[in-house]
Amino acid sequence: MSENKPQARAEAVREGDTLVVHVGGEWKITNPRPAWTSLVEGETVKRIRLIADQLDGWDSSLALFIREARAWSEAQGAAFVLEGLPAGAERLAQLLAQKPAKPPAQPHGLPDLFAVVGQATFKLWVEVKDIAWLVGECAFSGGRFFRGRAQFRWSDCVVEMQQCGAMVLPIVGLISFLVGIIMAYQGAVQLRQFGADVYVADLVGLSVVREMGPMMAAIVLAGRTGAAFAATLATMKANEEIDALETLGVSPIDFLVMPRMTALFLMMPLLAIYSNFLGILGGMLISWTILDIPTSLYWTETKSIIDLSDLSTGLIKAATFGVIIGLSGCLRGLKSDRSAAGVGQAATSAVVSGILLIIVSDAIYAVIFNSLGW
Amino acid sequence: MNPPENANDKFAIEIDGLECRYGDRVVLEGVSFAVKRGEIFFIIGGNGCGKSTLLRHLIGLRMPARGTVRYSGRDFTHAEPRERQALLRTFGVLYQGGALWSSMTLHENVALPLELYTDLPEKDRAEVVALKLAQVGLAGYGDYFPGELSGGMQRRAGLARALALDPDIVFFDEPSAGLDPVTSLKLDELVQQIHATLGTTIVIVSHELASIFGIAHRVVMLDRDARGVIAEGDPCALRDGSDNPRVREFLNRRSGAVPAEGSK
Ligand SMILES: Nc1ncnc2c1ncn2[C@@H]1O[C@H](COP(=O)(O)OP(=O)(O)OP(=O)(O)O)[C@@H](O)[C@H]1O
Ligand SMILES: [Mg+2]
Repeated sequence: MSENKPQARAEAVREGDTLVVHVGGEWKITNPRPAWTSLVEGETVKRIRLIADQLDGWDSSLALFIREARAWSEAQGAAFVLEGLPAGAERLAQLLAQKPAKPPAQPHGLPDLFAVVGQATFKLWVEVKDIAWLVGECAFSGGRFFRGRAQFRWSDCVVEMQQCGAMVLPIVGLISFLVGIIMAYQGAVQLRQFGADVYVADLVGLSVVREMGPMMAAIVLAGRTGAAFAATLATMKANEEIDALETLGVSPIDFLVMPRMTALFLMMPLLAIYSNFLGILGGMLISWTILDIPTSLYWTETKSIIDLSDLSTGLIKAATFGVIIGLSGCLRGLKSDRSAAGVGQAATSAVVSGILLIIVSDAIYAVIFNSLGW
Repeated sequence: MNPPENANDKFAIEIDGLECRYGDRVVLEGVSFAVKRGEIFFIIGGNGCGKSTLLRHLIGLRMPARGTVRYSGRDFTHAEPRERQALLRTFGVLYQGGALWSSMTLHENVALPLELYTDLPEKDRAEVVALKLAQVGLAGYGDYFPGELSGGMQRRAGLARALALDPDIVFFDEPSAGLDPVTSLKLDELVQQIHATLGTTIVIVSHELASIFGIAHRVVMLDRDARGVIAEGDPCALRDGSDNPRVREFLNRRSGAVPAEGSK
């Protein structure tokens, strides 16, 4: 049985100018094998004879060993002779000995700065063109929709609304509530030093309604819905499902992108209102339990500080975020590679670019609303 | 299906000087041939010769760099959007994997083209769908999702969808790829049956020799080195008497017919 077969071995004996190496035993690629370099350490010879006279079995590991030996002897300028090798092993060793026709390309040193900048700029340009393409297509599709000529199905839109509306209520609610609690807690610690406890309501109310509510809802949706859109569309593309729509004369924009965009556009402001409400509720809970502010006082204070312009800035932002999430999800899906890796990449980059664009647009809105005095 | 309108109408598809490229890379150039009305026509050739590429250009998924494709004498390549829409509806495509919309049941898949392009009431639509599914031997599977079917069943369901609008022409991309010999024989029989009952023109991309000799009326053979058509005609005649050795070798299943992958 193979267990009691002797292990692979190789012994070197020096005879004048010649090094005679005997190999024997069972050579298996899964077992340890002697290394050529340790065998010939410090030797300088004119000739090497490799004699395979006690072989019990062999596989590719023997061929690797012979390749090593041959390479070493070439480097030494010594003649190399093989004796008694089984014909199969000899052929395998020859296959290994063949040099690849082309040397493997040298890894480049540091890439050229100009090349890197150029490539990055070009990539950015392509992405900008893609976004412009999708925005343009959606505008055309919107035009067709209002003329009643779009292949838009409300049933698809309703399903998407459920996915990005009703189904995300628990997670958006939980996150907003906790954010409300955190802000109230942080605020309370500071405001209490000045005896201005009741202004916690102003702090929480304003920041939730103007910023955190829409933002939290958008970030949850970017991770959940944006990734889902990208993955779905990318899979459909890989399966030729989108081609099948196109050859039926159905625009994938009308049929796939618009229902999703519409659903997000309509649901995001609603989610933002819901998120605002739970955030304020979180603040109220902390004020009541820790600061001993009665909930009626908290509520009155909140109502007095938040006016319609605060609420509307939040809702305008929320609708914009919805469009951004939809655009980045659908764009990454439609432009993905037709492969499994492409689907993964599409989902990842949809989330990353979605969140990035949300923050950027939030900053732009901050400037705009500030200059408008809202 | 429509009666011929003029003499030109003898041909279902005419391809004239088509050049297909990906970026700078020319895959096919100067491709010209015509498919007669009511014929079972095969596009054959070795791996990588551009069969799928040609098909994608024929059905309008890619724009040719040069040349025109005409359906029933009407220019498809340079058509106005409206004309193009009308022409798109005259053919159905069966994609390699079926390409069924995975979020819809078989019934919904077959019903969608009818819903979009006909005024049939819901009840009639359901009947047409049931008929199409029965035609491909999938009666009773209407409520299944594509993911719940085997590869061969998905292929047949895709065929039912391609036939939904009773098209004049049906394109098949490698219909028998990944099917066992018996299933692919059955698919061939289905194709013949559809051809016989509806008189549909059928264009099949394939390299399945059994299918080619079994059902093809005519074939064109593409070649990677020639970047175009190297033979056209009856498959048996080409096998025995083509003057191009590559064509004879391909159809006789001998090596040498296809240039080694990666060679220039
Ligand atoms: N999207 C693409 N971008 C660039 N080149 C492509 C693309 N698709 C195909 N090609 C190239 O075009 C050539 C023809 O490919 P095609 O898929 O049409 O071959 P085929 O005849 O269908 O082969 P097979 O029998 O293997 O399906 C190939 O050399 C391929 O590398
Ligand atoms: Mg192909």
